[in-house]
Amino acid sequence: MTKYLVRRLAGAVPLVLGIATVVFFVVTLAPGDPASLVLNPGMTPEVADQMRANYGLDQPVHVRYVKWMGAALTGNFGTSHTYRRPVLDVLLTFLPNTLLLSGCALVLAFMFGIFLGTVQAVRQYSLVDRGVSVLTLFFYSMPSFWLGLMLILVFSFFARNVWHWPIWFPASGMTSVDYEFLSTGAKVVDRLKHLVLPTVSLALVMTAGIARYMRGSMLEVIQQDFVRTARAKGLPERTVVFKHALRNALIPVITLLGLYLPVLFSGTVFIEYVFAWPGLGKTLVDAISLRDYPLVMAGSFFFAVMVVMGNLLADVLYAVVDPRIRHE
Amino acid sequence: MSDAGRETALAAGPERPVRVRGWPWLSHVLPGAPQLLAGRWGSGGAALLVWLGLLWVALRDVSAFGSALGGPADARLAVLIVVVSLTVAWTWSWRDVRRGVGPGQPGTSQWDSMARSFARNRTAVAALMVVFGMYLLALVAPLVSPFDPTAQGDLVNERLLAPSGLHLLGTDQYARDVFSRLLYGARVSMTIGLVAVGIAVTLGTVLGAIAGYLGGWVDSVIMRFVDTLIAFPRLVLLITIVAVFEPGVLLITVVLGLTLWPRTARIVRGEVLSLREREFIQAARALGYSKWRIIFRHLIPNALGPVIVAATLGIGDTIVLEAGLSFLGIGVQPPMPSWGTMVDDGRLHLLNAWWLSTFAGFAIVLTVLSFNLVGDGLRDALDPRTRP
Repeated sequence: MTKYLVRRLAGAVPLVLGIATVVFFVVTLAPGDPASLVLNPGMTPEVADQMRANYGLDQPVHVRYVKWMGAALTGNFGTSHTYRRPVLDVLLTFLPNTLLLSGCALVLAFMFGIFLGTVQAVRQYSLVDRGVSVLTLFFYSMPSFWLGLMLILVFSFFARNVWHWPIWFPASGMTSVDYEFLSTGAKVVDRLKHLVLPTVSLALVMTAGIARYMRGSMLEVIQQDFVRTARAKGLPERTVVFKHALRNALIPVITLLGLYLPVLFSGTVFIEYVFAWPGLGKTLVDAISLRDYPLVMAGSFFFAVMVVMGNLLADVLYAVVDPRIRHE
Repeated sequence: MSDAGRETALAAGPERPVRVRGWPWLSHVLPGAPQLLAGRWGSGGAALLVWLGLLWVALRDVSAFGSALGGPADARLAVLIVVVSLTVAWTWSWRDVRRGVGPGQPGTSQWDSMARSFARNRTAVAALMVVFGMYLLALVAPLVSPFDPTAQGDLVNERLLAPSGLHLLGTDQYARDVFSRLLYGARVSMTIGLVAVGIAVTLGTVLGAIAGYLGGWVDSVIMRFVDTLIAFPRLVLLITIVAVFEPGVLLITVVLGLTLWPRTARIVRGEVLSLREREFIQAARALGYSKWRIIFRHLIPNALGPVIVAATLGIGDTIVLEAGLSFLGIGVQPPMPSWGTMVDDGRLHLLNAWWLSTFAGFAIVLTVLSFNLVGDGLRDALDPRTRP
């Protein structure tokens, strides 16, 4: 197992280097002078050249490349123009919020996806199967940002102002305006309520995909001989499905974890923007409109590295549950 | 072929029995109707829908249709599309009836059996018709849309009007007709989807096949590059690139295509790896064919099935992604209408004008859903295990 782990980790290193390279070349190929952001027309050419030299822009490409690689790998991404703080600092401030949101969505999506897919497979071709199939395909084809807006419209606006439901959910931010004045219990409730709509809109699209995959995986397992043997032994159907079949059907679903991380992080960018959630995604979008390039570069590097980490985790998990993989 | 010959050929086929029913002359007035009556609802329905729909477009306002000929290029193109489609629908139905309504001689190639299997999947065929209908609608948009999509109306009296008979889906914050904007938005979104996937499929297929067939260091270099690009969440890579360049339709399309090809390359490489060991490739090699001829003439055509499935599903993904970029304000730039921009416009007026975001979103969902259904149908049709 240790050998397998080391091999996978070693495989991830060139990937991270490659990502840093791609980010570097995107910036380098960009038209215009990166220093123009801090230069102003009143400067003499000597001062402007001095500024460029300060940023290392007077050096040839290969020197800059090596320097960028060194800096990126040690976490030195420079200073953000808008926050006037080291970029790494800014990103680390917003990272926990993104992890909270995407973590909740991931757990929710896998729980419901696995459950729905199992029910569909066990009751293949039933009304439930067909109904859920249509529903999942519908949600699967939906842009998450639009789903978020529709949820706001229904559960935040109509529920509160038109239908006067006793419960409705806030549409933006992580906390209410009067958060500071709430009791501890009410603070927790307030935070949870703010979490509901973003999590649901992020999770629903993934749930649909996972349910579709899970249905196929479960259908394949349920036809196998050992399931028939379990039934023949006279085991109750529930034990057969949940203990014998489900465990084996779950193995390929683990690969989905790696597959869905890019989807998840792309989703957080939209959802954080729609719900004004102070996370990495919203910071990234704001940084684009403010032309804060160091922040954009570091943010995308961060997201990509997080995907690599997630894939690594999925690979290791797969090896844990399926010994054949690690002995290959 | 003589009539007797056709009879035996048809009798030998495994398909449904031939029933020439109804009135063949019906094809002169209602192309597709005889086929529909004969039970070929897919092709018959499509022909009939195209015929009736486009005839309505042309006859609804004949003078406008005529004057469009002297109008701008896209209006002239729309007229041309209408005329050509009407002719094609009519001619096809008429010739088909003359041949005898019913399935022709069943083909035996891989593509024929795939087409037959696909045609049995009613949901997928219906979805394919929706897709074609959307493209047709997008092409004839200048003739169908009731208003100019970019012209601002009366900002005092016509701003944010609710859906009504005049403005089918209401008006937006600049008093522009939402329905017209949806139609023109379809052009932008669906063209970007098609072109971007075209770029991705071409690049991915060629590079994937080269990597798979040549192996060695070529394979390593291409696949390491593919791994790196796949590790990026596609949206984040797009954001990074668009952030440092100027956003615009051309850039978005190219970049969407350039970020999708690694997936195709992976699929093709996998296919080629298994194909290259097969006898027909060995035979081609033994005949002394060059490696490029083997790659382009023997390997790629045989690896195309899964690529087509992935491409169909990829168009849906790409349309969502383009809408997402436009939604974030870094995709298609105003005043050009795009579904993503329209959802974003509606975001700011969500509580007092719900129709802005809602209908644009429905358009995205309908399109993407259709592409996904077609893709699923193609996958099932290609998979011999699911063929009866």
